[in-house]
Amino acid sequence: MKATVYIQFKEGVLDPQGKAVNKGLHNLGFTAVKDVRIGKLVEVFLDDMPKEEAAALVGQMCEKLLANTVIEKYEYDIKS
Amino acid sequence: MVGVIVFPGSNCDHDCYHVIKHVFNMPVRFVWHKETGIGHDVKALILPGGFSHGDYLRSGALARFSPIIEAVRDFAAKGKPVLGICNGFQILLEAGLLPGAMLRNRNLKFICKNVYVRVENTDTPFTGRFSRSDVLKIPIAHAEGNYYADPPVLEDLKSRGGIVFRYCDKNGNVCQEANPNGSLDSIAGILNPEGNVLGMMPHPERCAEEVLGNEDGERLFRSLAEFVS
Repeated sequence: MKATVYIQFKEGVLDPQGKAVNKGLHNLGFTAVKDVRIGKLVEVFLDDMPKEEAAALVGQMCEKLLANTVIEKYEYDIKS
Repeated sequence: MVGVIVFPGSNCDHDCYHVIKHVFNMPVRFVWHKETGIGHDVKALILPGGFSHGDYLRSGALARFSPIIEAVRDFAAKGKPVLGICNGFQILLEAGLLPGAMLRNRNLKFICKNVYVRVENTDTPFTGRFSRSDVLKIPIAHAEGNYYADPPVLEDLKSRGGIVFRYCDKNGNVCQEANPNGSLDSIAGILNPEGNVLGMMPHPERCAEEVLGNEDGERLFRSLAEFVS
């Protein structure tokens, strides 16, 4: 099974890369772009197990390693 | 004896070792990240700069799982001095031994240059030899030195003298122009509540001997040497 984890900066945390990409898009003529924030996508391939168990494990992985919860928030989905 | 922890990818370990051994004539040894204990003869620990674990995922994120970190935690819990420089500071943050986190420098660039910092707290094992508001010229070399903490954490730091160094101009004025990386409140170095763990982004080991033309970092090591002897 596969868990896809989406890690992003929390609101209010400065994202300089996002700002740089925002500017880049404007320079390319995409003036309708108001803001850009860049996150990470992490795929975790797991042994088969009940979905709830996988979800609980992935939650722990996020808290312990995948996300720095001081500055990042996370979401994940699990597919068999 | 001072212990310098070496992670895969640490690259400032030799400079720290050199300053302690050859400039201060103190016993020092390397401690490999896979060791699980720190000898009783070790009186202070340094987590040096570099790119431990390639900065993979986040700077310092993987190093905090090295076997040695539990021993570092115990060492710190006993009140012994721990100094984290640059990547060492990032590791201490990720390990929760210091509060807050590091973001990418505001201008996104890896900045490698001399900056000025002001000493804000001289009541630490590392800054006893300085005077309040001393201005030091000291090099930085980092891409993730933009310190961030939630408002309650910042308030706590301020109220307990937890901010030890702030970026400033050569006259000691703290201002945005003198802040190289966007760090909150121009923070360049912080202390834990117990007062024995210091994390700093600048590199004092690169300015601690006359031959390098800058000895401003020398008093930090002198303070530490006096504290442990």
